[in-house]
Amino acid sequence: MKNETDKTKPAVSIEEISTNILASATKKKSFWSALVIPGLALLTGLILGALFIIVTSGEVYSAFQISFGSGLATSWEIVSKSYLALFQGAIGNPAAMVQALISGDQLEIRRAFNPFLESLVVSTPYIFAGLAVALGFRAGLFNIGVEGQLFIGAAASTFVGYSIKGLPAIIHMPLALLAGALGGAFWGFIPGWLKAKTGGHEVINTIMMNWIAFRFTEWLLTGPMTRPDSGRMPVSPIIEKSAEIPQFFKQPIRFHLGFFIALGAAGLVYWLLFKTTWGFNLRTVGANPRAAKYAGMNIAKNTILAMSLSGALAGLAGANQILAINRSMAIGLSAGYGYDSIALALIGNSHPVGVVLAAILFGTLRNGATRMMVTTRIPIDIISILQALILMFVAAPAIIRSIYRLKPPKAEDEKAAFVGSWGGK
Amino acid sequence: MSKKFLTFLAILIAASLALSACKPAAAPAETKFKACQVTDTGGIDDKSFNATAWKGVEDAVKDLGIEGKYLESQEVADYEKNLNTFIEDKCDIIITVGFLLGDGTKASAEANPDFKYSIVDYSYDPVIPNVVGQIFQTDEAAFMAGYLAASLTKTGKVGTFGGLPIPTVTIFMDGFARGVAYYNEQKGTSVEVLGWDINNPDGGLFTMSFDDQTKGKEFGTNLMDEGADIIMPVAGPVGLGTAAAVAERGNAYIIGVDSDWAVTNPDYSKITLTSVMKKMDVTTFNVIKSAKDGTFKGGNIVGNLANSGVDLAPYHDLESMVTSDLKAELDAVRAKLLDGTIKLSDAFKIK
Repeated sequence: MKNETDKTKPAVSIEEISTNILASATKKKSFWSALVIPGLALLTGLILGALFIIVTSGEVYSAFQISFGSGLATSWEIVSKSYLALFQGAIGNPAAMVQALISGDQLEIRRAFNPFLESLVVSTPYIFAGLAVALGFRAGLFNIGVEGQLFIGAAASTFVGYSIKGLPAIIHMPLALLAGALGGAFWGFIPGWLKAKTGGHEVINTIMMNWIAFRFTEWLLTGPMTRPDSGRMPVSPIIEKSAEIPQFFKQPIRFHLGFFIALGAAGLVYWLLFKTTWGFNLRTVGANPRAAKYAGMNIAKNTILAMSLSGALAGLAGANQILAINRSMAIGLSAGYGYDSIALALIGNSHPVGVVLAAILFGTLRNGATRMMVTTRIPIDIISILQALILMFVAAPAIIRSIYRLKPPKAEDEKAAFVGSWGGK
Repeated sequence: MSKKFLTFLAILIAASLALSACKPAAAPAETKFKACQVTDTGGIDDKSFNATAWKGVEDAVKDLGIEGKYLESQEVADYEKNLNTFIEDKCDIIITVGFLLGDGTKASAEANPDFKYSIVDYSYDPVIPNVVGQIFQTDEAAFMAGYLAASLTKTGKVGTFGGLPIPTVTIFMDGFARGVAYYNEQKGTSVEVLGWDINNPDGGLFTMSFDDQTKGKEFGTNLMDEGADIIMPVAGPVGLGTAAAVAERGNAYIIGVDSDWAVTNPDYSKITLTSVMKKMDVTTFNVIKSAKDGTFKGGNIVGNLANSGVDLAPYHDLESMVTSDLKAELDAVRAKLLDGTIKLSDAFKIK
């Protein structure tokens, strides 16, 4: 008996969860609160992260065995050393910059100024992927398939990158980028079409499409796209020089044009969403599909278009990694950009500017983590914990408000954030 | 209250940053020899080549008094970044692991000719003067494992599967299957190998994963359902899933790969017949030692049966299963492998 009653009342449906996430992702916020909450969330995350570092450090335990004071001192030492390394790895070491400038050695100067630029390099795929998720959120769609779309985009741009020879760079590079966008768009189009025509929920379908994409690219790499002289290793041929996204400086600085392309994409998404009729339609469909339908908007068309565009942006994230950095495709292409970008879009409030800022934050943290790992042996995973904490606090601003005793937002703000249910309810 | 607290926090953080930034760049008090490893995306605890190479670094830390560091890569784009980080860190030797790092190591080595590199499980042709490639004639040891398995199977069937169809994996499977075939030829038996056919190297059984232990369990169960009672999984930690399946079902055994599984996974020592060891820790240790002694020379080092770079592990808990007659036969096989009487596949032959 008990089971039956349970069955009739599913605890929470996917639709409810995704509606809630969508609601908080596109809530209207004042400029100030949009910055204060993530800022304080970062701070709180760093403080809790410090606790993690202390609790997981063997040195601290042995220091506490000597005396309480030396335990505290060691804790402080380890945490400050770690975060200093994180900072220097992500932004740079001012002392080293000055020293390098005085010495005048070109390589030393490039090395000293590299950390900041490298952070932007790491941020670039986050920007593309974050925009992809944000665009979906705005249209009321939860695109979890960014990771898969990224893989397909990468494969498409790799193929165009190595198979076409003899084109001038001015044509070849944009063409390879376009291939990446089209590949991703196609992979986003399928769940979009399924949603519009059959009502199949895009959360399920995009997750499934991810698995198809992973296995499909693996097959491509072990078969049709294998580098001929690699002895059957799953690596694609190296792309032509003309397909490369140019890097601005000499080794080891990897800062490249892709960052500006990403900023351009963010500008384009902003313009599309907020300055065009199509963007208005899309946002209306996202905010209240019934009202949109009543107003005569074509929901099916908007859904398909939004998923395809979202996929195109995800595809660009993959193409960017191949054409600017990796130069060939291999397994292990992404460190989970597609999944991190969901968090990123939430923190960025699904606004292109917010997404860019959140992407730079994520990229900076991840880049700094490398140096932290070299100097203090703290695994890079601590950054994942930090990202998760920040996200948690951003998603639940009440925690931050009560910790820092901020005033609750005005009631009108909450009302303005009305989001209707969607998906055939 | 909240404002004061905030201001206090802000000052504290600003001060600590400023103070630590002002600290004079720590004088290079100690110049310990540094060996630095960049892992591939498998991570440092992959129970496969990253972990084994790292064991070599740790052995060097213990025996040679050097400093060991590692950086884990989460994606392909990290390889170049991690290599650059170690260049800046002025590492005395940089160890990279696996073919995925092949391109990155080459580029880094050519851009930084003053640095020394060694890459595990990969080689360059032509050789790069500041890189030592570590490669292994693994099929020699796997051949002996195949012979052993064929003589101990009760069902007349043995099995193997790999992680991905790449040469560093299939060399295990091919050697294993040839060992079985040799046993059949000698004894007139017809022991069957599931998962690899020496006449059809494009086939074979693969999980397409190096980290999904559930798949290892599935594959192990399927192979046992097909009648195999000795299984050699060549897929890193995926094989632990197979070991779990075998331990559950009973009446079957596994053969470990890369390291001595009876030692590295003592939970399964009761079912681990032996392991096909690929001693990447030893070769890595030797390369570090040569770099420290100043005898480092670029090129390739090949681990084979002759120099114990690859070998069969001891039988440990299952010693009693291997009769002294069988041990003598295995010694004869080893001798024939060493003097070249037994020929292995040309496709995997390292020149």
